[in-house]
Amino acid sequence: MEKDKLKNIEVPISSISIPIEGEAGRTGSWRTERPILDPSKCAAVKQNKLVCMLCWLYCPEGTISRTIPPKINYYYCKGCGICAKECPSKAITMKDETNFEE
Amino acid sequence: MSEKLVLSGNHAAAHACKGARVQVIAAYPITPQSPATELLSRFVETGQLNAKYVCVESEHSAMTVCIAASSTGARTFTATSANGLALMHEQLHWAAGARLPIVMACVNRAVAAPWNVWTDNQDSISQRDTGWIQLYCEDNQEIYDTILQAYKIAEQIYCPVMVCYDGYILSHTLMPVEIIDQNAIDEFLPPFKPYVTLDPDDPKVLNLVTFPWIRHDHPHIEKFGGYPEIRYKLQQTLRSSFDVIERVDKEFGEKFDRQYGIFKEYMCDEADYIILAMGSLASEATVAAEILYEEGYTVGVLSLKLFRPFPAKQLATFAKQSAASTFIVIDRNLSYGYEGALCTDFKAALYTHHVQKNVHGYLLGIGGRDVNVEQIMEIVHKSRKAIEAGQLDKETEWINIMK
Repeated sequence: MEKDKLKNIEVPISSISIPIEGEAGRTGSWRTERPILDPSKCAAVKQNKLVCMLCWLYCPEGTISRTIPPKINYYYCKGCGICAKECPSKAITMKDETNFEE
Repeated sequence: MSEKLVLSGNHAAAHACKGARVQVIAAYPITPQSPATELLSRFVETGQLNAKYVCVESEHSAMTVCIAASSTGARTFTATSANGLALMHEQLHWAAGARLPIVMACVNRAVAAPWNVWTDNQDSISQRDTGWIQLYCEDNQEIYDTILQAYKIAEQIYCPVMVCYDGYILSHTLMPVEIIDQNAIDEFLPPFKPYVTLDPDDPKVLNLVTFPWIRHDHPHIEKFGGYPEIRYKLQQTLRSSFDVIERVDKEFGEKFDRQYGIFKEYMCDEADYIILAMGSLASEATVAAEILYEEGYTVGVLSLKLFRPFPAKQLATFAKQSAASTFIVIDRNLSYGYEGALCTDFKAALYTHHVQKNVHGYLLGIGGRDVNVEQIMEIVHKSRKAIEAGQLDKETEWINIMK
């Protein structure tokens, strides 16, 4: 499928791709702080409805799902912290990555 | 039917864009480029040219608009000078790396500081490493013809082309210019066929983050290689583009009776000294060569049209077959801290191809200081005297300057 879309480009002379997950690789490794969602504070979880969703809306990398609860994809989340800043319920907090080292 | 008009260099450029059926023009006015884009905007406004004219807030934006439009498959044009070209610098690299056949007119002007609007090749020479093809013109007919050729070259090899001509000396001087019949142009220059287009119905990512290494996690990305592969292909294309450039020129010559070559020779056959220069400097040198011939000195002129890709082998072969002992390179530009760019490149070409000649560099007409025949004759005599005195290691000299 991916291949087919670009198969008519016979001479690959510039860098071309199609929109796919993780086009630039697993950018999660860039993160120094990790957003952690506390579902007990999340408005969507509390009302069991797709409400608020500001974290999903504001995430510049599209790594937060529009679900109950919202799920954060740590493979690609760069740890910018916008979700934590925007969450009106203060359900997301940024934690230092060193807390998660294996 | 072709017709002959009396046009400034800028207006000749605008007429060429009209003939090329340019589809998107984005430009920001700057002296001495402005009349070119003013006439283009009039062509668009009066419906003589079916194009989108985008007014932008800077030259950086002008090139960005051209990049975006070219990515959707449109034939694009912009024009600028000096500090405007410098402001485009980042996007010049982008246009070349993205392999977009944008054509731009660079109306050569000195780069500030101090402020100066007169002719000088510093602006385009400072952009020589961006991956653009650079063609220099000697007169207004050549500007018109070169822009038409530039689109054909650019769209065959997917590289942007800068058509350079001297500010005021060409841009604002009126000369007769033959405007080619539209049907004949259409036959010479077919519509642009992009190898990839941005299309909302078929989304693509162009010029994505491209790693130092080749990715194997997505087969469709793998075939494009990493950053070095993309850049290698640009270099390979440019180094092997001489055939295309010459073929386009030849076809143009067959169709329209005017052909320019990669460089033009003037009285070089028996010459002891050959002046190598670009643009209007080379034109002026031909007059000096004629007067010197009357005085008993055999001097030829080599006018270089194609500066990038640099025709090193062609120039070296020419030098090898030439009887001249000495090449006099006159630059209206300077790589500060060393010498004129053409002088450096020419010497490197001779060295690579094992051709031994005396090469003397001179700087003349910087910042638009008037260049005349007497100064060029003085240069030839300086070189002649240096050679006769056995001074073989003459360094680049700045002419007609208060020291």
